[in-house]
Amino acid sequence: MIALVSALGAVAVVTGLLVFTADSMARATFLLLGSFVAVAVVLIGFGLGYLGTVVILMMTIEMMIMVVFMVMLMMNPAGLMPMTMVHNRRGSWAIALVVFGLLTAGVWLVPFPVRAGAATGGVTSGPAAGPDATVALGDALMGGQMLTMMTLGLALLATIVGTVAVAVSRREGRAERRGIS
Amino acid sequence: MLPVAAVLALAVVPLGDRAPVDLDVGVVWFNAMEVVAWFVVWVAGWGPNAATSVAGGYRVLPLGLAYEIPHMLAIITPAIAAGSLSPGAIAAAQHDLWYAVWMPAAFLLYLLSVAAMAFWGPFAAPLGRDLAGGAAAEHAGLDRLLLLAGRWMLLTAAAAMAVPLFLGGGAPPPITGPDPLPGLPALWFAVKLVVVLGLLLVLRRAVPMLRMARFATLAWVVLVPLAVAQALVVTLVVLA
Repeated sequence: MIALVSALGAVAVVTGLLVFTADSMARATFLLLGSFVAVAVVLIGFGLGYLGTVVILMMTIEMMIMVVFMVMLMMNPAGLMPMTMVHNRRGSWAIALVVFGLLTAGVWLVPFPVRAGAATGGVTSGPAAGPDATVALGDALMGGQMLTMMTLGLALLATIVGTVAVAVSRREGRAERRGIS
Repeated sequence: MLPVAAVLALAVVPLGDRAPVDLDVGVVWFNAMEVVAWFVVWVAGWGPNAATSVAGGYRVLPLGLAYEIPHMLAIITPAIAAGSLSPGAIAAAQHDLWYAVWMPAAFLLYLLSVAAMAFWGPFAAPLGRDLAGGAAAEHAGLDRLLLLAGRWMLLTAAAAMAVPLFLGGGAPPPITGPDPLPGLPALWFAVKLVVVLGLLLVLRRAVPMLRMARFATLAWVVLVPLAVAQALVVTLVVLA
């Protein structure tokens, strides 16, 4: 189990690094997806089947939506010509190192709860400790803030719908319905 | 890659009375494997480094963004009614009334999205003849075989998922009284699968190939509100 998780972690890190050495948006997109899927499989391995599956689902769709942004914003939308994937090298390095340092320090400094079996020197690898790991994680992450999260979600959705409604001009819409454009 | 996605999606569908892999989040897993098809078609279009083929690959994006929201709402509606994300449990929850009867809008939306997710029939624009074959234009030999065979496999896998979600899985139809073929859930499953595939063939016969912009408008203006209304009605009935 530990070997599998380490191997998947290595896959996630290596594909994540390759994102920045690839020479096209399309390749960067595949590599990023590979990285996310490796993380999702780690989640499934931890007994969080629902979260892992949802991560695969969301990330695949998200990478495809990235392609939509590629078409909208890039000078080379087809991704067929090589281009560099990095800019502001020094700033990026600094931000990346600081964030990495903070997260790593967090991993080692946070007092993790010890599983019941492990504390008595018994079995360390076994079935999941709680009845449902997904419920436990969700409660730990959002327990007290559920109302805030629901309100935020609705507000975001309303913003998206409103933005689209404002952005689509009336004339364009009518032309579309008449089948002109 | 498309055949692999189809097989992985089919793995959680109960063929008969139980699934090859009985995941408790089978519906979500099925959804995740089926969106891999977007990625595959787009890569197939981008890979050959050619203009018509990349344009075909791009057509899968409006198609996907249009069909996916009604599709997701259509597959969670039976899950809400059954109170489970496992296809086996959803099939078992329909012993007195098929969900196709109780939630006809979700069933029809699901059928439509089956054709759309396999970019087939009216939704074949990514491989359209107007683009000289689109995403499949530059592929030949084994690559082409895998792409086109994978499309049929995905269509069949998605049609097979309609049986546990809406048609009661491997159980006989509730109207026939005693089971004329007792103890053969796989046979009932096969009969229902053939019926679903037949409906899809009728759809392909009846509807010409849709332009993606048209379909996106139809999906967001008509199909999404319809799917939300269906899910809302089912939720209210379940809660009541």
